[in-house]
Amino acid sequence: MEILVCVKRVPDTAENEIEINSDGTDIDRDDLVYSVNEWDNYAVEEAIQIRDKVGGTVTVVTVGDDESEEVLRREMAMGADKGILLSDGAFEGSDGFGIASILKAAAGKGNYDLILTGAQADDGAAQIGGMLAAMLDRPYASLVNSIEVVDDKTMKIGREIEGGNQEMSEIQMPCVLSIQTGINEPRYVGIRGIRKVASVDIPVHGAADLAVDASAAGSAGAKVKRLDYFVPELGEGAEMLEGGMEEKIDKLVELLKAKGGLK
Amino acid sequence: MSQPILVIAEQVEGVLRKVSFEALSAARELAGTMGCETYALVLGNEMEAAAAELGKYGAEKIIVAQDSALADYTTDAYCNVINDIAAQVNPGIIVLGATAQGKDLAARLSARLKAALATDCLTLRAENEQVLTSRSMYGGKIVADVALNGTPVIAAIRPNTFPVKEAQAAGKIEKPNVKTGDIKTGLLGKHLETGKVDLTEADVVVSGGRGMGGSDYSVIENLANVLGGAVGASRSAVDEGWRSPSDQVGQTGKTVSPALYIACGISGAIQHLAGMSSSKIIVAINKDPEAPIFNKADYGIEGDLFEVLPVFTEAVKKMKG
Repeated sequence: MEILVCVKRVPDTAENEIEINSDGTDIDRDDLVYSVNEWDNYAVEEAIQIRDKVGGTVTVVTVGDDESEEVLRREMAMGADKGILLSDGAFEGSDGFGIASILKAAAGKGNYDLILTGAQADDGAAQIGGMLAAMLDRPYASLVNSIEVVDDKTMKIGREIEGGNQEMSEIQMPCVLSIQTGINEPRYVGIRGIRKVASVDIPVHGAADLAVDASAAGSAGAKVKRLDYFVPELGEGAEMLEGGMEEKIDKLVELLKAKGGLK
Repeated sequence: MSQPILVIAEQVEGVLRKVSFEALSAARELAGTMGCETYALVLGNEMEAAAAELGKYGAEKIIVAQDSALADYTTDAYCNVINDIAAQVNPGIIVLGATAQGKDLAARLSARLKAALATDCLTLRAENEQVLTSRSMYGGKIVADVALNGTPVIAAIRPNTFPVKEAQAAGKIEKPNVKTGDIKTGLLGKHLETGKVDLTEADVVVSGGRGMGGSDYSVIENLANVLGGAVGASRSAVDEGWRSPSDQVGQTGKTVSPALYIACGISGAIQHLAGMSSSKIIVAINKDPEAPIFNKADYGIEGDLFEVLPVFTEAVKKMKG
């Protein structure tokens, strides 16, 4: 099976204080610690496990700058066979539709039975998988938390829906799936693994190679424009309730009743 | 703008979800400032009676797309039908809930309609005929104001964020012919946890973290029960296998905005805060007075959750009579 996994290099929100740059047009990217978008690791792990069962290759692809190469190498150290970097100044400022258009062009250069994305990334939009599927006119399912390959045309998938409910479906390949965390346990990548793939050649494709239309990608094509960023107010911290246990609880109940938390 | 706003209502097992009314109320408010009409669209099987209620919340027209193939959600069928209806209605804005289903649908629909998309919208307004929304990014550390250009645009609103407001409107029901088209996914079955309050729609969420020390969540469940709320968990509790991943509140789990969030034995890592910081009132119970959760909470109790929760549960029971 030929599997393509779309990954993204993102600021690690657990490691960074995120602040806004001086002109308010973006977050301040100096000195940020970056990592692979967490959901993508689950997608790559799932792809590797499928390949190990049924054969084939796993290719990881990302849209980004030169520094995004490091996330491709990390995923190759996990066990992905190939990496492709999609990079071009013309891609800068793309919105979700633009990124999906670029990925669509890259997907069209291969013959992929299965395309995986993480369920969402740092911007929390959860949109690329569905857009990519629509552009490729392939079936799509989101928030997939189990995959069973039935034969070379069919898979059984589990999806997490609201209220702790679970949906089981059959889906025809080729298809696009967005992967939810918890589907597997992504393997650990050691420094040794990274070294092993350090010199593997990673091809870079730009707008011309991919024949991506400037009206779809880049800031000119973006219909979604960020106007402003702000840091949400932190609040003053909790009012700590004092006294004996009964006293604390009485106070809490009174406060919650007064503020509408308890009805 | 005279193009109508189209609200896609969401139903589960034939029952409209609360977020559908929130989306309709948000759309109605926006329509008021833009001077256009609001239509609602319901997809399903035998949904006419349930759909009629949408007139009370401001739908001038209620389009009921009925087909046995629409009883359960599939991306293909829903997208095909909405695509056709959008072509007839020509909406300027499409509003729906940023639920699992809503986000699945919105992404595919936006590519089909070449429509600008914003998911998980916290606000919705129009300025100079441009739709503006704010959405949170980077695990809730940043809020971005975003403009959606072109027509139509799609806004998926975060559940429990917009108030439901009654606003009687004509609510004229229309039942167009629908073509579900080629469906390449087949639903094999559903595992429904009936009677369980959905985390993202719950008015109250009681969550337990590492401080639970094990999979016995009975003190949490008891409190959630008397409050009519849902049970959540932090990532570390899920990683330990104490709760199922579907209960996880946080950046890689659910985002919740209940009226009351009670965090028990949860230190308050950014991973967790990302999923609950938009709750209206936050109560934290933790043994460690230095736990970062107290920075985010409105009210804090320093103490052992196993001692605090039973007393709290009894007090709520007494209050509720």
